[in-house]
Amino acid sequence: MSVFTKLTVSEFKLTLRDPLYAFFTLLLPVMLLAILGNVDSMREAPPELGGLRVIDLYAGLALSLSIAIIGLQGMPGVLAGYRERGILRRLATTPVRPGLLLGAQLMMNLITVLVTTLLVYTTAMLGFGVPFPESPATFVLAVLLSSSGAFALGLLLSALAPSGKAANAIGTVLFFPMMFLAGLWGPRELMPEWVRQIGDFTPLAAGQDLMSDALLGRSPSMLSITVLLGYLVVCGAAAIKFFRWE
Amino acid sequence: MAVIEVENLAKRYGETVAVRDVSFSVEPGEIFGILGPNGAGKTTTVECISGLRTPGSGRITVLGRPAGDPELRARIGVQLQESELQDKITVREALELYSTFYPNPADWRDLAADLGLTAKLKTRFGKLSGGQKQRLSIALALLGNPEIAILDELTTGLDPQARRDTWDLISGIRDRGVTLLLVTHFMEEAERLCDRVVVIDKGAVVALDTPSGLIGRAGDEQRIRFRPSQPFADELLTGLPEVREMRRQGQRIEIIGSGNLLHAVISVLARDGIVAAELILEQATLDDAFVHLTGGE
Repeated sequence: MSVFTKLTVSEFKLTLRDPLYAFFTLLLPVMLLAILGNVDSMREAPPELGGLRVIDLYAGLALSLSIAIIGLQGMPGVLAGYRERGILRRLATTPVRPGLLLGAQLMMNLITVLVTTLLVYTTAMLGFGVPFPESPATFVLAVLLSSSGAFALGLLLSALAPSGKAANAIGTVLFFPMMFLAGLWGPRELMPEWVRQIGDFTPLAAGQDLMSDALLGRSPSMLSITVLLGYLVVCGAAAIKFFRWE
Repeated sequence: MAVIEVENLAKRYGETVAVRDVSFSVEPGEIFGILGPNGAGKTTTVECISGLRTPGSGRITVLGRPAGDPELRARIGVQLQESELQDKITVREALELYSTFYPNPADWRDLAADLGLTAKLKTRFGKLSGGQKQRLSIALALLGNPEIAILDELTTGLDPQARRDTWDLISGIRDRGVTLLLVTHFMEEAERLCDRVVVIDKGAVVALDTPSGLIGRAGDEQRIRFRPSQPFADELLTGLPEVREMRRQGQRIEIIGSGNLLHAVISVLARDGIVAAELILEQATLDDAFVHLTGGE
């Protein structure tokens, strides 16, 4: 096993020792879906949704919830904490570069998102008749791009935040409006035009649009792809530039 | 040949000058101490040697290579101040994980045994005591079988028993042939362990010597305190060449002087039938030398 794989496995073990983390990232999205799936109005298909039912959208939203919790609330606090507590500094004295631990964290979180995707969509398809995406390729793109956009933003947060606690706090402040714009409290499609347009430029909402495109088999929205790649490149580059190792 | 050579090191952070001018060299197999008051520039100096910081100016060579050379990271072990691990990682996991970082790691089981951590292997870092965390930190610094170990303030925050245990350990590490660079502000620690020490104050070297050499520089001043069995005139003692000063503090008398002070004073008193009760002799220690070197203004 390479050192990177060992670090990733180690990060997994440590993370899973926090039962709250496993609950929020793996179970909560499935629970949310299971509860909403049993609400009658969720099975309706308002014409604005272009043929999708509300519950079909919520499968994607449940996944976005997990991505947001990991990217904005979990990871920034963990990474800023690693800096604050000198863990990165200790690594810097060994032949391993501290950046590898950051990479392992990102990898571990990406795998968590993929596992959540599997759990959420299996539940959604078997339990609540959510259709298999018309365009599986767009679906995979949607999951990967939403995760990388949110993770890049989270990485930037951990680069700039003075402490783990501060990173957590800022992440939580960003979490609620972003989840709102993505449609967690009511589908984006039913929002006023201007609210929806603001949402177009936030990572979770853009990811949400791509997931709808995938379910319906539409060609993926170039705006959403551009926005998500933008977050990845701009926030990612800024994070790399501004990241302090101690 | 020296294993660490520091020449005219200087480092500033913005307007603050952390190190002004530091030079010294460390010989293979020795325990070399860096002493100095808080904020003297000790940590910055070892961070530059460890390659964690780039010197502002000056030159540092470690094992024949410029400090910061990536190849050195596998050959030196560093234990830093305030450098922790994840709370939920166990001692065993940390040792196993960190040993995969090095090309020729030591057997972590042996190290754990040497450092008295065997019973704690399943304990998570967050549940360890300060002394156990410190021992784990030392173990991690030694995992790569380093030629040089750099230990910064390794006994700060430890209770006296743990501190003494750590000292025994350090002597043990030297016996394996590892050169040790210790940063400390405990004089007793330096006096016990170090072959040579450099004293840094306000970013510059003020002395470089063996601990006993440093003590010698504080002068061979001695102090005697006693309570005489009967009164006597000052002149009885102030006339002695060894005595520099005499003070009366109530019933007690304090004599400051040098040379064979104790013998001179006691003989004179005995001649007059005076007994010196509650007699205390104080000689210079590294503490005095330190204050003498770094104190003043």
